[in-house]
Amino acid sequence: MSTVNDATAPDARARFRMERKPKSLRLVVEGEWTTKDAAKLDVQLRALQLGDAAEAQIDGSSLERIDSAGTWLLVRTKREWESAGRKVGPILLPNMYDSLLHTVEHEHTAPPVVIHNRHTLEAFVERVGKGTVHGVYQGAGILSYVGRVTLEWLEAIYHPRGNLRIAALFHQIEETGINALPIVGLLAFLIGIVLAYQGADQLKRFGAEIFTINLLGVGLLREIAGLITAIIIAGRSGSAFTAQIGTMRVNEELDAMQTIGINTVDTLVLPRILGLAIALPFLTFYADIMGMIGGAVMCYFDLHITLAEFLRQLQQAISLNTFLVGIIKAPVFALIISLVGCYEGLQVERNAASVGKLTTRSVVESVFLVIVLDAAFSIIFSIIGI
Amino acid sequence: MSGGRVNQGGRDKEVIIKVRGLVNGFGDQLLHDHLDLDVYRGEVLGVVGGSGTGKSVLLRSIVGLNKIQSGTIEVFGQNTAGLNEAQMRQIEMRWGVLFQEGALFSSQTIAENIQVPLREYFQMSQDLMNEIASMKLSMVGLPEDAAAKHPSELSGGMKKRAGLARALALDPDVVFLDEPTAGLDPISANMFDELVKDLQKSLNLTVFMVTHDLDTLRATTDRIAVLVDRKIKVGTIDELRRDPHPWIQQYFSGPRGRAAA
Repeated sequence: MSTVNDATAPDARARFRMERKPKSLRLVVEGEWTTKDAAKLDVQLRALQLGDAAEAQIDGSSLERIDSAGTWLLVRTKREWESAGRKVGPILLPNMYDSLLHTVEHEHTAPPVVIHNRHTLEAFVERVGKGTVHGVYQGAGILSYVGRVTLEWLEAIYHPRGNLRIAALFHQIEETGINALPIVGLLAFLIGIVLAYQGADQLKRFGAEIFTINLLGVGLLREIAGLITAIIIAGRSGSAFTAQIGTMRVNEELDAMQTIGINTVDTLVLPRILGLAIALPFLTFYADIMGMIGGAVMCYFDLHITLAEFLRQLQQAISLNTFLVGIIKAPVFALIISLVGCYEGLQVERNAASVGKLTTRSVVESVFLVIVLDAAFSIIFSIIGI
Repeated sequence: MSGGRVNQGGRDKEVIIKVRGLVNGFGDQLLHDHLDLDVYRGEVLGVVGGSGTGKSVLLRSIVGLNKIQSGTIEVFGQNTAGLNEAQMRQIEMRWGVLFQEGALFSSQTIAENIQVPLREYFQMSQDLMNEIASMKLSMVGLPEDAAAKHPSELSGGMKKRAGLARALALDPDVVFLDEPTAGLDPISANMFDELVKDLQKSLNLTVFMVTHDLDTLRATTDRIAVLVDRKIKVGTIDELRRDPHPWIQQYFSGPRGRAAA
């Protein structure tokens, strides 16, 4: 006498039923056992109770269709029953699925993939540790890189091999300097307008509108023009350096250069550093002028200060030092931007994802360093009283 | 007529992919000029042709990655041009594509890569997905510890196997392989041939394989489609050897062709 327990709905696409006899049980599977229904079957099969039967059998001989996921479910069920101490006969499937069953049953014996939980305390400690070690190595890496670049520089100066690529240098100046004129000019002009407008608004309350020009002159020349230019260039050229050199790494171009005997720092890094160190002060000077024009335009329309009055007041407000303090920072910013950009470019691994990751990092790092350095300059200047 | 049946040699063969009057080209240079092709269920079809004859373009046209200039492409009896997104998804569930470099998602582990199609189409428990990923890995002959690795940590041959495992994730009816053995050493290439043959047999797959490898062609394919003169010539390797076309003669009877014989 057989009783039919645990069974799927009779109209399901993939069906099974358990036939229980006192000492044995039979799992009869029918219909189409495919990946489509695997999720549902998975839950239902796991819920099956074995009872006290000593022998079991899985019978799929009247299946219409089965694929590897379906076969896996049967094989897994069989293995679970076996490990629960039952004697399970071979799985019966239509002949055409013999080789599929063989593949799944015999080639796959390993335990299932375990995906590690990433949210445990242990994992957190591990991440912190890894991050710390990585930070230390990164610092050492940058230091040794700066050392190498310095040595290459000295080498290039003391033993000019005529190989400081002049064409590459001018190309870099064009790329990072001349091609950046529109964006730097426009942004400096707008900053000049904003600064004049806000300054005028506040100073008007004291009847000191004319000092808007002092604010504009000192603010722009000493700080803002240089800072804004450096930040734009970090975003524009620093990222380009990383992406260019990184792409060359991915294409194995750097390896090719090395095997030919070309010094990569010499060819790729030095022209970029020197090019930007030349271009950025000029760009800063240009931003000074554009910012002033923006401020003058705003003063004319908002405060009705003519250009002649503007210039006269400006002359009283600023000295040569004001300008020099701003411009002297530009080559230092340039150095930082190009060093970081090239360094991160050389760190790229041989896969495309790492180009994107390091480009982002290069921009973030160089903007961060530029602002930190600017603050440091302010402190130094205030100590020496400029 | 769904699928379409062709009576060949007294046996009914279901046409699973039917290309008619396919025209592809760049500018005014034609790559395919009214090309016809049938792929039967359960066969391994090799596609060969000189560089730049549009083998990969043909593959990409069939799977819908390439906009065709004219002609019709029927997959599983449905013209892919007239399908809406939902219908196209139904078809996409039934094929798998192995790209030349594997095209594994670099931010995910191999196991997660294999689970991507499962996750996209089904609501499975993580346990079941892990089991299936593990099973597919052993099917394509990858060691268990590959599951937790990222694609960048694998060799070229292992990446292709992992790519194949992902292509097989949903137990498709058809797999498209783009140069599966290119860049593999002869031993790995042989093993890959064996793998394709085994899987084809046990999963009853239809395989559409673009390849240059004469050994692979001989070892695995039932029929070969040769792209010459912007058209296609299909036959078994022995039939093609007798074809008088100069390119086909050179291809199969050149030193490499004879060595593979």
